[in-house]
Amino acid sequence: MGKMSVDLCGIELDNPVIPASGTFGYGLEFAELYDINILGTFSFKGTTKEPRFGNPTPRIAECASGMLNAVGLQNPGVEHVIKYELPALKKVFAKKVMANISGSSIEDYVYVSELLDREEQVGWLEINISCPNVKAGGMGFGTSCESAAAVTKAVKAVTTKPVIMKLSPNVTDIASIAKACEDAGADGICVINTLLGMRIDLKTGKPIIANVTGGVSGPCVFPVALRAVYQVSRAVKIPVVGCGGVSTAEDVLEMMCAGAAAVEVGAANLVDPYACKKIIEELQEVMDRYKFVGEGSALPLKE
Amino acid sequence: MKDVIFTVKKNVPLTKNVYEMTLTGDTSDIERPGQFVNIKLDGLYLRRPVSVCDKTNDTLTLIYKVVGKGTEQMANLPDKTKLSVLSGLGNGYDISVSGEHPLLLGGGVGVPPLYLLAKELIRDGKKPYVTLGFNSADEVFYEKEFEALGCTVTVTTVDGTYGKKGFVTDALPDDYTYYYACGPLPMLKAVYKACKTGGQLSFEERMGCGFGACMGCSCKTITGYKRICKDGPVLYKEEILWEK
Repeated sequence: MGKMSVDLCGIELDNPVIPASGTFGYGLEFAELYDINILGTFSFKGTTKEPRFGNPTPRIAECASGMLNAVGLQNPGVEHVIKYELPALKKVFAKKVMANISGSSIEDYVYVSELLDREEQVGWLEINISCPNVKAGGMGFGTSCESAAAVTKAVKAVTTKPVIMKLSPNVTDIASIAKACEDAGADGICVINTLLGMRIDLKTGKPIIANVTGGVSGPCVFPVALRAVYQVSRAVKIPVVGCGGVSTAEDVLEMMCAGAAAVEVGAANLVDPYACKKIIEELQEVMDRYKFVGEGSALPLKE
Repeated sequence: MKDVIFTVKKNVPLTKNVYEMTLTGDTSDIERPGQFVNIKLDGLYLRRPVSVCDKTNDTLTLIYKVVGKGTEQMANLPDKTKLSVLSGLGNGYDISVSGEHPLLLGGGVGVPPLYLLAKELIRDGKKPYVTLGFNSADEVFYEKEFEALGCTVTVTTVDGTYGKKGFVTDALPDDYTYYYACGPLPMLKAVYKACKTGGQLSFEERMGCGFGACMGCSCKTITGYKRICKDGPVLYKEEILWEK
């Protein structure tokens, strides 16, 4: 029987399944539905220095096998998260959580990282330099090697926790950006954030999303995400977290086959709130079916 | 909230593009009028939120207007179709503050959630006024159903082809004690302006998940940011901030 547990930057996960940031809040809505301790961990809602309302609505649109969002990093701000969300989470989640951090300047990233570094329940800092829905910062930091490296270096200087850089697929060469992050001290890479997209309402002739563009997620982006994991995991030595369109236990294995050490599940949580629970419950059987013995590299991709 | 398999029992048109669907299944998670369900349909990624019109322990009535791919597909669902439904979503109306003569104001497909509301108010010994607004005579539905509950019903049409000509705000009774409204945004704004008692208004927004996880349907209120799907869709008049 294959082993479900994996190592992510020195912390053992019972299984590789991680709800992705922005689809799982701070865990509490889902803790009402099932015991979230069955998860490997989860990545909490992208958190910034100041509270943010985000973009005007409509923020959501649909597409074939997926969706678009332009939420724009709505969150209550890091102080509120530390004072209210983390203590509430501690009551229902006994594991380390992944803190997703965003900012509109390097100083913002440093400020939030410094505060969350002191939180015992935070296991990893996942630095979002790939949000396509905010005007300042966000994806701007993740589209060049220099700025991605600069954020990595600045955050690494203020934390002892593993730093995972979450990268954007909206670039020419994602592997070179991943490599720049690794060289700047990153402990892991997460690929991918959403792909920039848009939809138009033919009845009005206007974009459906008030922000005009939004990030595409869901099963339609899975092949793009898988390709990014494949390219990045061959370019760096640090662990890669696969993210993008994962909806089934088979998708998790495909990601690991491509080189992922662990796998995030995003949009699927929004359509089926029990998606991660179902994936975890099916994972062992699917691993055995494909003779997958665990630890990512155990089923090497045949090239 | 619960993920429940419902079975289509009846799916019939009420007007040329408004349908009434009756389903059987466990409705135990629907606790208040004004709540909604979120329906998974074949081939469509996001679920479709639809307000609860009526329910018993094991039947659910939904009324929906065909406006796009999802509702078009719903209109064509044959009896016995099984659907995955997230049931019991949203806060719903608070009936404890209604007073003796609550006024229920519905516009178009904002009418359905008022039906269960009227039923529960009557069960509570209240005497509701119901004003239903439509564009035209051929769009009117559920007038008789509300009357059968024992409500005092007024229908308004914008073009005057049925009932009183005008908007729901042109037919306000004198002695209502509180109001409950559901309808398009311009109607809600007009009601908010015209009605001077306390009230609760139900809002609509494009949703991602429908249960508070994605922040897709947030709005600003006087008491902070609220998610229409989880902290709403019903807001107290006092907390509303009109932005759009």
